[in-house]
Amino acid sequence: MQYKEFILHNARQFGTLFGLFVLIILLWILTPHFLTISNLLNVAQQTSINAIIAVGMTFVIIAAGIDLSVGSIMAFSGVVLASALEAGLPLPIALLISLAVGMVCGLLNGLFITYGKLPPFIATLGMMSVARGAALLYTQGRPISGFAEDFRSFATGEILGIPTPVIIMIGVYIIAHFVLNRTKLGRYTYAIGGNEEASVLSGINVKFFKTMIYAICGMLSGLAAIILTARLNSAQPIAGIMYELDAIAATVIGGTSLMGGEGRIVGTLIGALIMGVLRNGLNLLGISSFVQQIIIGSVIIIAVLIDMALKKHRK
Amino acid sequence: MENTIGGQARSQEKYPVLEMRNIRKEFPGVLALDNVNFILLKGEVHILLGENGAGKSTLVKIISGAYQKSAGSLVLDGEEIEIKNPRQAQRLGISIIYQEFNLIPELTAAENIFLGREFLFSPGIIDQKKQNLEAQRLLDDLGVTINARHFVADLGVAQKQMVEVAKALSLDAKIIIMDEPTSALTKKEITELFTAIKHLKERGVSIIYISHRLEELSEIGDRVTVLRDGKHIGTHQVSNLSEDDLIKMMVDRELTEQYPKQRQQIGDEILRIEKLNRRGILEDISFSMHQGEILGVAGLLGSGRTELARAIFGADKIDSGKIYIGGKLQQVKNPKNAINLHIGYLTEDRKTEGLVLDLSVQSNVCLASLEQFSKFGVINPKREEKTAFKYVNDLRIKTPSLNQKVLFLSGGNQQKVVVSKWLCSNAKVLIFDEPTRGIDVGSKVEIYQLMNRLTASGVGILMISSELPEIMGMSDRVMVMRQGMIAGIYNTDEVTQEKILQDALGAVSYAV
Repeated sequence: MQYKEFILHNARQFGTLFGLFVLIILLWILTPHFLTISNLLNVAQQTSINAIIAVGMTFVIIAAGIDLSVGSIMAFSGVVLASALEAGLPLPIALLISLAVGMVCGLLNGLFITYGKLPPFIATLGMMSVARGAALLYTQGRPISGFAEDFRSFATGEILGIPTPVIIMIGVYIIAHFVLNRTKLGRYTYAIGGNEEASVLSGINVKFFKTMIYAICGMLSGLAAIILTARLNSAQPIAGIMYELDAIAATVIGGTSLMGGEGRIVGTLIGALIMGVLRNGLNLLGISSFVQQIIIGSVIIIAVLIDMALKKHRK
Repeated sequence: MENTIGGQARSQEKYPVLEMRNIRKEFPGVLALDNVNFILLKGEVHILLGENGAGKSTLVKIISGAYQKSAGSLVLDGEEIEIKNPRQAQRLGISIIYQEFNLIPELTAAENIFLGREFLFSPGIIDQKKQNLEAQRLLDDLGVTINARHFVADLGVAQKQMVEVAKALSLDAKIIIMDEPTSALTKKEITELFTAIKHLKERGVSIIYISHRLEELSEIGDRVTVLRDGKHIGTHQVSNLSEDDLIKMMVDRELTEQYPKQRQQIGDEILRIEKLNRRGILEDISFSMHQGEILGVAGLLGSGRTELARAIFGADKIDSGKIYIGGKLQQVKNPKNAINLHIGYLTEDRKTEGLVLDLSVQSNVCLASLEQFSKFGVINPKREEKTAFKYVNDLRIKTPSLNQKVLFLSGGNQQKVVVSKWLCSNAKVLIFDEPTRGIDVGSKVEIYQLMNRLTASGVGILMISSELPEIMGMSDRVMVMRQGMIAGIYNTDEVTQEKILQDALGAVSYAV
């Protein structure tokens, strides 16, 4: 791809990146604590969970779907993971269980949407409640706490000074970028979201790939559960409430169209970072969490308004 | 041709309510109406006749405010007017009864008739009783037996139409447009509709009536206007014309040299369909197609042409029938199967079914054959790009780059992208559904030349088209469909446009 074309095709992402820089400079001016290495790593670490969930959400939304159940699935995966660790299962097995629980929940979402022909909103709304209920039932409403150091290192460890969650996040983004841009699954994700009928008529097994996409989204919730549980040293059945909205927000701020067919994984990372930086900055400035909610909500609306205005302008 | 209004004794009461003068309507790349004149008299049933795409719908959409004319003038009751939108048309007393109904099934007939204009006791409170009475009076006046308090969902097709007509009357309609009102009706319902139309005429309502059923014309119509290729061909008293005259007016055109047809060596049988059935849609379809052949499929909208294409391609389930490809009996369960069997389907509407508009040219070209370029699900971008480049070059697709979204390409180039998709998937049986619709003249010729090249390479093309000249100009043989059945198959050299249209309309059955 030509240099110029690259800029043109990623104009939306550069726009979001510009927004992130403006935000960073603003916070740099407002508070001296913001632009320090330790704080930036802190932001990255706090962002990692939302950023990882948002990867799955990006796949789902590009395919013209939505997943409201990611937060609940994360909680459910978390408590199952915790009980596996508590029961003394080897660490790799426990981790796989966490991923598998998330994946199965996502798979069910996908099957209800494709074969059950349910609207994604309804199927995942149902799963949001079912997975949450399952997590509460499984633990009788109590958190499971206290894990061995090797497990906790998923949150506390670092490699070359970079916290493990950040490394995991970067890994997930590299893989996701590759999958979206270089594999059949990725191409079909765009095709299905862009024009499902044309996809069917091009011989794409739409039901299979759609189901896969929801399964991947669920699995990434299971991955997020590992980091969260390790960080808190506790698995809470009420963890991850409203996480679906943060993930949707990061995806949408990052330029993925809720109508499907359009979006970049890098955009989502920037979107998640904008949300993380904003939260962190507002905390440093001592702004109350009530006001923070108002500001973050406004940012989401303004970001999408600008996006729509630019799109109209381009057409 | 001369109009028949002046000079007759009764023309005094039958003054024109609507005059359309030199109406012109352009769509990008298409001239849909070319200086059309149309006069509607008070209290007449005026039939609008023409092939698919002759401009009938465009004309009535201009009257009903759905489209804006590009040039010309509209005179309503002697006053020149501009109709900017359907609401305004309604206020002026022009109502259109659409084929698909604009009624709300969960409301009663009366509630639908007065939707948005409810009778009120006081602000916000509806006077049901008065509304029902008024609606009932309107329906009774039409001579139909419909209870105004019944839910529309429970009414038959004809009754729904009557509710629409009653609604039009409640709006004081002076002109009612009916677009193929009888296409979904039974014999008995048609009689009811005609009774209602007679009631309307007595009240001085003028009716523009679009229909393909020639036998209805003499029964219900006073005058008929024939359109062809967006031009006004003639307006006559229905009683002065025979069916043959009408068909001649609809198709009589000189075939020009715009079709660069090259006949190819006709090779082995490549597709054979035996007794294909889909209940209520397709009935006992049997035909065969050969290498190097273009088999044209003619027929009216709704005759089952597209449904046949979808059935062969595995996009719709069939109830029974056999599909042979290259002489071998095959099961085509879904489009994936069909593609593996080297069938390609260029859909009628490339934007909603053929292309993913937000994806690049390259991605669209390779969409149906990614397997070729991938290993373990990973796409080899170099090979994909090379292939896409080859087709873009070969078919002369005009695009600034392979990464351009197809959204931004012209209609002709978009169509070439779809063709490339099927060439890339190595299709040997190509189904082209309206391959040149919405494409400018230059690109059309390029598509035809492309079809020549394809047939020269041994591909067989099943070409569905609403444009008879295209069928005559490009196909080796013609298959005519009517009501889900094959009405006739001919060598193109041995058939006239009149004959094809007769088959498509089913005119023979009663012309004898």
